[in-house]
Amino acid sequence: MQPFTKLTGVAAALPISNVDTDKIIPARFLKIITRAGLGKGLFDPLRYRPDGSEEPGFVLNREPYRHAKILIAHENFGCGSSREHAPWALMDFGISCVIAPSFGDIFFNNSMKNGLLPIRLPREICDLLMADAAQGDNARLTIDLHAQVVVRPNGEEIHFEMDPLRKHLLLNGLDDIGQTLQHAPAIDRYETARQAAQPWFPTTTLTDPAP
Amino acid sequence: MAESSKRTLFDKIWNSHVVDTLPDGTCVLYIDRHIIHEVTTPQAFEGLRAAHRPVRRPEATIAVVDHNIPTTDRSQGIDEPDSRLQIETFEANVAEFGVPYFPYTDPRQGIVHVIGPEQGMSLPGMTIVCGDSHTSTHGAMGALAFGIGTSEVEHVLATQTMLQKPSRNMRITVDGQVGPGVSGKDLILAIIGQIGAAGGTGHVIEYAGEAIRALDMAGRMTVCNMSIEAGARAGLIAPDEKTYAYIKGRPHAPHGEAFEQALAWWRTLPSDEGALYDREVHLDAATIAPMVTWGTSPEDVLAITGRVPLLESAADGAAREALARKFDYMGITPGTPLAEIGVDVVFIGSCTNSRIEDIRAAAAIARGRKVAPGVRALVVPGSGLVKQQAESEGLDRILTEAGFSWREAGCSMCIGMNPDKVAPGERCASTSNRNFEGRQGPGARTHLLSPAMAAAAAITGHLTDVREFL
Ligand code: SF4
Repeated sequence: MQPFTKLTGVAAALPISNVDTDKIIPARFLKIITRAGLGKGLFDPLRYRPDGSEEPGFVLNREPYRHAKILIAHENFGCGSSREHAPWALMDFGISCVIAPSFGDIFFNNSMKNGLLPIRLPREICDLLMADAAQGDNARLTIDLHAQVVVRPNGEEIHFEMDPLRKHLLLNGLDDIGQTLQHAPAIDRYETARQAAQPWFPTTTLTDPAP
Repeated sequence: MAESSKRTLFDKIWNSHVVDTLPDGTCVLYIDRHIIHEVTTPQAFEGLRAAHRPVRRPEATIAVVDHNIPTTDRSQGIDEPDSRLQIETFEANVAEFGVPYFPYTDPRQGIVHVIGPEQGMSLPGMTIVCGDSHTSTHGAMGALAFGIGTSEVEHVLATQTMLQKPSRNMRITVDGQVGPGVSGKDLILAIIGQIGAAGGTGHVIEYAGEAIRALDMAGRMTVCNMSIEAGARAGLIAPDEKTYAYIKGRPHAPHGEAFEQALAWWRTLPSDEGALYDREVHLDAATIAPMVTWGTSPEDVLAITGRVPLLESAADGAAREALARKFDYMGITPGTPLAEIGVDVVFIGSCTNSRIEDIRAAAAIARGRKVAPGVRALVVPGSGLVKQQAESEGLDRILTEAGFSWREAGCSMCIGMNPDKVAPGERCASTSNRNFEGRQGPGARTHLLSPAMAAAAAITGHLTDVREFL
């Protein structure tokens, strides 16, 4: 995973709540066997007209937001399905930080496993940052994960909360599996103890006849 | 006894699965059952291969294809090249890693959240995960079940655990008895209408109360299924005699002495009297009518007797703009009575409502009636076994005689990934779980409702109060 340390860039405002994962990346784009190339389908229903041409009013179709690295949205961003294609699509487009008052739980977890930083900030602060974003190229935000601050264009620093374990993994670009495999002996012990105490826990063998 | 020693169902399952606790409180949580499908796994297997990691417990895993496959005759294989590639990749992966698999020609094939309980693979007290957000469905068995992303799928394949912090406990109690024509689907839609699409975020919801207890297992699965539509990653219902009767004799459930041992443990699982919840919500079942959504979020839901809201109901400018977009997308006029909204397509299926009980409910309305002219209606059983059962009861004949199309098992029109799509601008009465923009195909307009309500809409050609048919 790509480490996330510090990011400075153009922020785009998407003042919509309940942006669901079908809106971020519709299902028809999920029929792939790699992670690459999803950026072209990002926000497809908002970004393109039915004839396939760009919707000129949509923020990511306008300069300088075509190059946005940060997205600011309203409540419950990323609600809906478990598709990790949503953070993959955002990352592929170039967005590696989303700021919103709240997130869908699964999207939130998926993001951090891909080096995309989801930041929870109160609605008033998000609205303030959206106003900053409206100044376009002149107004870049900086995200400093180490210091846990968003730096506004006027230099003001806004603190955000961050889970210490997630912060460590993100800063160092570590994946969870390596972390968990350090607990392999404990997993072995758990399995042995459980097998002894609750031997009825089922396993799957396909020799079972259909009922 | 101290208050803190009283535990909820969630607490009990969680505590019995903690393998290790990290300094910051994150737990290594053991996973008993992992269900995998073609869409959210190719990158996970690729990751395993790259790191030379095996699947830790293939025998705790079950593989099935459901999202991409056509629901018409598939004995000749899959037409769509990208779907075919994804399915072939999946089949190669499960063969390489030794994961048990139900191919799409096997009668046990079906939607991930239908086959788990049906096979007796999803049991009380288990932790169950699947790369699909509606894994919450299995919570109806009294299990802790939640959807995970592809990185987590890889993590579970490699370690049989998840890294996670405990959720907060929320209890939703539905007191009293429902009136005629009101199903589990109406209960959960009413709940989402009350707490909102983010109402359960960060929580696990336990459903309780007389109206929940009265539901059959299929109804309970419908309720737990849509927990994610209320923002909760998992929903659960305490196991009881109905649960045990449902499980007994299923192919992968414990049998004989093992069943008795399991039962003794299952009986200890329900929440202790006086256990504390971080949040409590109450609903009165008697006030719940058949429900239908009008907008593009599951929280946009009203009783069928209601009207599309007015623009003036919006709290502020942003909400007003959002509301206007919903009206525009859905092609509806504010203030319209819901029962006057016409439909082009009716879909009865999905992991929410494709079990035998759902098909019986639809057939009971369709019996001796005809689908309205111009309406395309399909019924898609949740598994090959549900299909067989329905056919043995003659339900397929009732439905096809009424003009419904009768299909092979799969996700079908719930998600625009297979040939069953709603065309742009078409309006669909659907028993699935998401009415998001584009969910059933680009430009598709979705109204969520129960199987009986969907069948009634197919007959009249517009959203209809099913109580008129009773
Ligand atoms: S039926 Fe729909 S919601 Fe259920 S698993 Fe399939 S695609 Fe997901």
